[in-house]
Amino acid sequence: MSDTHSTSRARGFCAVRGAGGPRAALTARLPLVSLLVVLVVLVVLPLYLQEFWLRVGFSIFGAVIGAIGLTILVGTTGQLSLGHAFFLAVGAISYCWLASEPSDLGSRHLGGLGLPPLVAMVLAVLISGLAGLLFSPVSARLRGIYLGIASLGLVFVGQHVLNSATPVTGGFNGRRTPHFSLFGFAFDNDDSGFAVLGVPFGRFERLWYLGLVLVVLAAWFAYGVLRSRPGRALRAVRDGEIAAAVTGIDVTGYRARAFLVSSMYAGLAGVLYALSIGSVAPESFTVDVSIQYLAIILLGGLGSIGGAVAGSVFVIGLPLLLEQYSENLPFLSAPGSSGVTSAEAAKYAYGAAVILFVLFQPRGLAGIAYTLVSGRRAAALRRGSDPPPDGGGPPAGRGRAAADGAAFAGTGSVGPAGTVQADLPAGAASGG
Amino acid sequence: MTTFVSLLVNGISQGAVYALIALGFVIIFKASEVLNFAHGSMLFVGAYLTARLVGPVGFAAAAVIGVVGTALLAVLVERLLFSRVGRGTGLATQGQVAALTIMTLGLDIVIATDLTRRIGSRVLSLDQPWGTGAFSVGGVGLAYNRLIAMGTAAVLILAFFAAFRFTGWGVALRASAEDPEAAALMGIRHWHVSALAWLVAGGLAAVAAVFLTGSPTPGLEPSIRTVAFLAFPAAIIGGLDSTTGALAGGVIVGVAQSLVAGYADHLQFLGGDFGGAVPYVVMLVVLLARPAGLFGTRELARV
Repeated sequence: MSDTHSTSRARGFCAVRGAGGPRAALTARLPLVSLLVVLVVLVVLPLYLQEFWLRVGFSIFGAVIGAIGLTILVGTTGQLSLGHAFFLAVGAISYCWLASEPSDLGSRHLGGLGLPPLVAMVLAVLISGLAGLLFSPVSARLRGIYLGIASLGLVFVGQHVLNSATPVTGGFNGRRTPHFSLFGFAFDNDDSGFAVLGVPFGRFERLWYLGLVLVVLAAWFAYGVLRSRPGRALRAVRDGEIAAAVTGIDVTGYRARAFLVSSMYAGLAGVLYALSIGSVAPESFTVDVSIQYLAIILLGGLGSIGGAVAGSVFVIGLPLLLEQYSENLPFLSAPGSSGVTSAEAAKYAYGAAVILFVLFQPRGLAGIAYTLVSGRRAAALRRGSDPPPDGGGPPAGRGRAAADGAAFAGTGSVGPAGTVQADLPAGAASGG
Repeated sequence: MTTFVSLLVNGISQGAVYALIALGFVIIFKASEVLNFAHGSMLFVGAYLTARLVGPVGFAAAAVIGVVGTALLAVLVERLLFSRVGRGTGLATQGQVAALTIMTLGLDIVIATDLTRRIGSRVLSLDQPWGTGAFSVGGVGLAYNRLIAMGTAAVLILAFFAAFRFTGWGVALRASAEDPEAAALMGIRHWHVSALAWLVAGGLAAVAAVFLTGSPTPGLEPSIRTVAFLAFPAAIIGGLDSTTGALAGGVIVGVAQSLVAGYADHLQFLGGDFGGAVPYVVMLVVLLARPAGLFGTRELARV
């Protein structure tokens, strides 16, 4: 199926190029080109930005990874999970435990294995996955709201367990995050005087690149999964469990695997969170964290990887920005006074944004982007004098976009069967 | 033995209040197919309105205004937000359920942030006329607040079950939950049913809030919102689409919590402060055995 996509898309590009010249060709490739531009900008940014912005950026990178994991589960599989905070906690705390040397702080003893940080990071992700797998007897059998509440239980029970396991987690006081390092290169401020193009590279410059690489890998993997057989199976499970089972999809198995992948993503996000904050305590991973992640993926557009990125920038970036500039913004006031503080303003903003998006733009930011891009593509096609060669059908890219967004948001025009329908012209085009 | 009976009675009285909240989840779920995560905020609104008005107009009037105000707010939420997301046939897809549920979370964030900001670090008192006193019969002690809560909850729940069974609305709600399309064809207006469901749920939440802020708790604090997180497992344990289940779930959660807190000394091996997690532990165990809850309808799919 993925080959048919690429074939038909290639045809679409050819048609556009033939019809509208280089400008239309550029329009058609806009997503790819803009992605590359954004990546180049992100690579260059640490040379110019202050530490504050790098810190914000690294928090966002971590959130993006967690949000991608959640969007696979909630958006693509249709399984509501409020347990993301728990898997973040497992990842963050496992990393700290695995990478730290055992230490004694006063009367408290903190265990640790003292593994190399990279090994600890990989193991932390695996442990989160294991936690997700252990939960699969519940997660694979329940759906919708039942799973939502059951996973909520995971947060509460998990927090209790983690708070009690003091030697590993540090209990209520938490524990410090060991610094990350890769083959002897420390991601921390050191005296090496390491600098690029005259810009000294400290802790957050280095972490920025770590985060960026991990985000790219995470998004790439998720993109591959969602565009291939498992992704289609998951969407089929979401749109009609019985229909999916009839076509031979192992519904329970795919649900369990979606939960596994999602919890591993959350684990990695937890490791990045631990690195960005510098210390972790089980207390930090409350239900509110789970809610925040749900807000991220909803604002971005459920099931969309690009949307997970955009949502993270908004939900994680906004409070930090408002906090930084609270003194300059007239409608904000200092904490403790009767006015609206920056943290509260950010909460109002994203709570209201969630409501408004569900009401007016259920496909989220990704939906807006799709509409814009497909509109431009259509315009580029119309500018050419020749009729589209696929016999008037929409370009495959557009059909796909509409199906991805609308089938989920249920705007009604395409409906649950939309994914199948939209693929038909693409298949026909490549066949004919 | 006295300790045990005392814990049991206290647990049941607290469970009755949870049952009021859980009943709200169940009614809304039956009417709208979503779980209202903003229910914690509804509790909050009810208690806040009452606490604010108790000075000027006295407790009785304040409580009535609190309950009515919260009920109207719930209807407003249903009319302005929920009914707009198209569920014409009443058959929401898994995706829509997720989106709507996340919307209730967004609503919860907005309301809770606003009220928390208004309260600040204060503890507002609702000045319940029954005060903070307690009585004891044969060594079994119970706060008056808990006793009155239990009585009120019993009356309200009985009234609700009667309405559910005998009134036109109750029949319409059950029909609508059973088969939305057929119900619509029989002339049942879905919006009537669901608006009334939200009205009742909002009112019940506010009543529960009045008792939750009474003795032995010091008064209204922003943490009242977390009580809703104890009522979720109650609704799930009983089965989300069963009103009887909500009652049973509420009592189970209340009793389990009370017993764990009472025998904390013997339960040290479970870690300190296990009381907060116990409703969820019970819920997970129930879900493992019965994925639809104790009284919930099992979904059958013939392939």
